[in-house]
Amino acid sequence: MAATLTRPRPGRSRLVWRNTIAGWSFILPNFVGFALLTLAPVMALFYLAFTNWNVFGVAEWTGLANFRRMWGDASFWTALRNTLYYTVLHIPLTMAAALGLALLLNRRIRGVGFFRTAAFFPYITSIVAIAVVWNQLFSPEYGPVNAFLRAVGVHSPPGWTTSADWSMPAVVIVGTWREMGYYMLLFLAGLQTIPTQLYEAAKIDGATAWQRFRHVTIPGLRPTTFFVVVMLTIGSFKVFDLILVMTEGGPGQSTLVLSQYIYQKGFVENQFGYASAVSIVLFAICFGVTAVQFWINNRRENR
Amino acid sequence: MTTIGLTTPAAPATMDGPATPAPGRRVASRGWRAAGYVALVLAVVALLLPFYWMVMSSLKTNSDVFTVPIKWVPDTLVWRNYVDIWQRSDMTTWLRNTLLLSVLVTLLQVLTGSFAAYGFARIRFPGRNLLFLAYIGTIAVPWQSYMIPQFILMSKLHLSNTLWAIVALQAFGAFGVFLMKQFYETIPEELSESARVDGLSEFGIYRRIMLPLSRPALASLTLLTFVTTWNDYLGPLIYLRSPELRTIQLGLRTFISQYNAEYALIMTGSVLSVLPVAVIFLLGQRHFVEGIATTGLKG
Repeated sequence: MAATLTRPRPGRSRLVWRNTIAGWSFILPNFVGFALLTLAPVMALFYLAFTNWNVFGVAEWTGLANFRRMWGDASFWTALRNTLYYTVLHIPLTMAAALGLALLLNRRIRGVGFFRTAAFFPYITSIVAIAVVWNQLFSPEYGPVNAFLRAVGVHSPPGWTTSADWSMPAVVIVGTWREMGYYMLLFLAGLQTIPTQLYEAAKIDGATAWQRFRHVTIPGLRPTTFFVVVMLTIGSFKVFDLILVMTEGGPGQSTLVLSQYIYQKGFVENQFGYASAVSIVLFAICFGVTAVQFWINNRRENR
Repeated sequence: MTTIGLTTPAAPATMDGPATPAPGRRVASRGWRAAGYVALVLAVVALLLPFYWMVMSSLKTNSDVFTVPIKWVPDTLVWRNYVDIWQRSDMTTWLRNTLLLSVLVTLLQVLTGSFAAYGFARIRFPGRNLLFLAYIGTIAVPWQSYMIPQFILMSKLHLSNTLWAIVALQAFGAFGVFLMKQFYETIPEELSESARVDGLSEFGIYRRIMLPLSRPALASLTLLTFVTTWNDYLGPLIYLRSPELRTIQLGLRTFISQYNAEYALIMTGSVLSVLPVAVIFLLGQRHFVEGIATTGLKG
């Protein structure tokens, strides 16, 4: 680079020009697909949401009508509430399980490779297979989950996916089971970036195991935790496949979530305009939450 | 690989290698150690029990799947289920479609993704950062929020209800570009500089230096993309309406609603849908971990 930088000016601008051509020619094959199939649709969303459009007609500009309709749409609010419910339950559970597993597996123990593989396996298994198996396990009468609960003395165990009160917890349990291995890997990677000298120093100072966890591990994991929270939030807000296959949003509307409502309005009822308006809400929430988390993180780091 | 002292970026959490001990815990008392093991064993049972149930149920007679008390081991193993399902479903079509899609998507994603990543990682030109920001931005946006306009577009292009829709949908994601860029940036700049001085073109550098060096990252990307495409449910659900286009996930789902009381057969189908991925995972688990440790992202 040094040689090229000291060249006289005309050569430099030619270099910039040449680099631009070269850079774009590398990016172009991917960018054509990306721009057409991702960027363009994201932008089109902000037009569609203000139209009334079903499949065969023409998009008709209706201003804020879709959003006014959403305001009075009880199903939309149910979907939003359920999405928040899922998120609020899913994030801490998964974090705790993933961190716990990571701490257990961040040691020189026999079979550590097997344990890590086992923990990660659910994450790469298809949702459909997972959903069927868990629906069997959760079967109120004959399923092993309730058999176990009865064995430990629960007289009337929950009806899980057949009960409006327990369907969401059931889905959250499966979601947590599926994802904890993935976040465990992220935590494991994070744990190994903490310098071992810190632990030694803390021990010399007489810190107990809990104090070392509290004052060395937790601060050391901060960047990882931040990343995990961001990913978990986006993941929770867009939860869909699992619910569609396990409960189809039911019983009643007890597990109806935003993504599913978008799917329902758009692809089942062909109300593209209205579905786009709901999409914007999902988009805004994810974007907003991520932005806030980045802001908090930056402020903390600058302190 | 290692001859030039290159190390894989941020892949400390290997699955088989011994863990770096966290010294804070090394001298933990015997009691804590035992408690740790008990907790681990419990966690693993909870993690693997559903898979055990799936495999065992697929080898039971239908009436034996749900019994009180639960039969953890079937009286006789009913291998017939694995013959029956081929006769009673379009398993061959489903698997063929899924395999075709997974291979095609993976090829395109790896090729165009690594190519673009080189442009982002190594060539400096105006607007590069802004362009990359657009790529990153879409990772944080859930696909569900723009699936409607995307669907309209695909319909206009007459791609909906064709396998091409899924290829178009999955092959150009930001994920591959991101993963490969992260990796390329760990390769010392001096390498490409000296190649440039020797008169190698940018394409030559990519082809002759970067590609061979990035084999581990390419393997990660290949595995992650393949598995994601294989397991995708929502994409095919929206785009593939004809029965002969069904993927294994869609096929299994329709099979379940058609034969909803045939618990054993349904489990057989589930095992068959998981099996290819399980094999791939076990063969390449190291690369899965690397891919995730490099980017922290998937899908």
